[in-house]
Amino acid sequence: MSAEESGIVKIALVSCGSEYSGVQPEFEAAAAKVNAKFVYPEIDIASIDTIGRDFGLEVASGDLRLMMARAKAVVEGTTHVDGVFITTCFRCAEGAIVRNEVRRYIHKHSEIPVISYSFTERTSAGTLLTRLEALTTIARRRHLLAREVQTGLTAGIDSGSTTTKAVVMRDNKIIGKGWVPTTKVLESAEEAYSQALKEAGVNREEIQALGTTGYGRFLIGNHFNAQLIQEEITVNSKGAVYLAGRQKGSATVIDIGGMDNKAISVEDGIPGMFTMGGICAGASGRFFEMISKRLGVDITELGALAVKGMQENVSMNSYCIVFGIQSLVNSLAKGATPEDVAAAACYSVVEQIYEQQLQEVDVKEPLILVGGSSLIEGVPKALGKLLKIDVLVPENSHLIGAVGAALLASGYVEE
Amino acid sequence: MNFLAKVFIYPVNSLILADLVERFGHKPLTMMNQIREKVTNISLDSPPINITPEDPKLGLRYAAVEVPAGVRGRMALIGPLIEETEAAIIVENPPTNFGCVGCNRTNELMKYLIRSKGVPVLEVKYPETDEEARDFVNRIAAFLESLPEEKSEENEKGEEKEPAEKEDEK
Repeated sequence: MSAEESGIVKIALVSCGSEYSGVQPEFEAAAAKVNAKFVYPEIDIASIDTIGRDFGLEVASGDLRLMMARAKAVVEGTTHVDGVFITTCFRCAEGAIVRNEVRRYIHKHSEIPVISYSFTERTSAGTLLTRLEALTTIARRRHLLAREVQTGLTAGIDSGSTTTKAVVMRDNKIIGKGWVPTTKVLESAEEAYSQALKEAGVNREEIQALGTTGYGRFLIGNHFNAQLIQEEITVNSKGAVYLAGRQKGSATVIDIGGMDNKAISVEDGIPGMFTMGGICAGASGRFFEMISKRLGVDITELGALAVKGMQENVSMNSYCIVFGIQSLVNSLAKGATPEDVAAAACYSVVEQIYEQQLQEVDVKEPLILVGGSSLIEGVPKALGKLLKIDVLVPENSHLIGAVGAALLASGYVEE
Repeated sequence: MNFLAKVFIYPVNSLILADLVERFGHKPLTMMNQIREKVTNISLDSPPINITPEDPKLGLRYAAVEVPAGVRGRMALIGPLIEETEAAIIVENPPTNFGCVGCNRTNELMKYLIRSKGVPVLEVKYPETDEEARDFVNRIAAFLESLPEEKSEENEKGEEKEPAEKEDEK
């Protein structure tokens, strides 16, 4: 029985012994919250001794060989699952190699959605919730994610950590927009939504369906009686390919948010592999806010400044939001120009995304850059320079969450 | 129960090795005894277990904080066994079904700690032929027979208390 029929999503836990690391109860708690359960693909114990040669990757640790054997069982259909969660210990090189190759192997040989994660003993259910929610959404609501055209009169609100965005859409067009800083979650959502409704010239009662996403999605979703309350990985990637006009075929979406960022590999508008940063704020919009403040410019002016500068003129010693800014301040003291510092800040963020996140997804063109930070001109420029490919920033790239929510919510208009 | 010596075995969950050690009157120090109360889930390491979030912190006694949580969690179980080890048998290159700890970094660390402890250690290669198998068992048997005289767990507890009592007398 499929996930859509039964409601419970079966996720294969392919790990190197998360049960020894004190995190297993957190994994189980996160799965329970999204109505999923972990299963352990059956394997022949003797195959552990030969799987390295069969798979082509010979490693010393038995549990890593077990991961390969379980991945093979998933791909060959010996065990039926709706999604796969691949996880190994943070800081283990052997584990990281296997995690990455097993993820690639499953993605190449099956249509099953996969996420990978490296854990420490401090990994909590909350950290995993958005990731598992996205994984279960892809399995459970594939029909909803396949929606390519917005119909009727719908709205979307994206309650982000830094700003709250809202849109009103009618017949596949954005007719109202709202964008305010997030202070109090509900009040900010009310304000952004009111702005969008006013611009659209419609009353709240006329809205046929509402979708919410972002950090505050549950709070605002319940407050506004939203038809759709959905995590930001699937919603934002949907909004990104919709706004970029790239709903068919492959695409890679990079979303640099206020507090974290996401790299999502998308196929026909549906996320396949994705990673979500969030350990360090040095690669987030918050870093840009802080450096703008230090340079004495508005964040909207930072991008124009950055494109005039040379990041090579500034030495960055750390990716950390605190020490990184210290490096930039030191450079200013040594005579670097604000333009160079702004360029270095943009380069630092995209370099971190490249090193820490893009290694975990297969980058396929077009590369669509979205989120508030995509509006800082220096960011797409630095990303294009680093990856040596053209970066696509769609119009209204900061509204992808709200647009994705309004688009997906229109699925409830017809229902 | 009376036994001769506490013998650490590698692989630490090998039922065959544990049985051999017991047949010669010694006490095998095994993973199975450590985790009896923690069996809840499925894993390659047999029997499977769940570790609490506190265990990797206990593992800091044996491995520094930069060592992955999975190694420290395993060491929280295996480390105390190493501490009470009086002799050890290490079988190199065993097949998985002979016994296996899933993380090779843990294997490397536990073997190092055993070797550097200064207790009698027998290191044997897993046999691949019948002749090697006979030699394998004979070498283990000879090693186990060479270990110390019989003592009971109660006597041993008494011995452990002795130094403290002597301190009191002073």
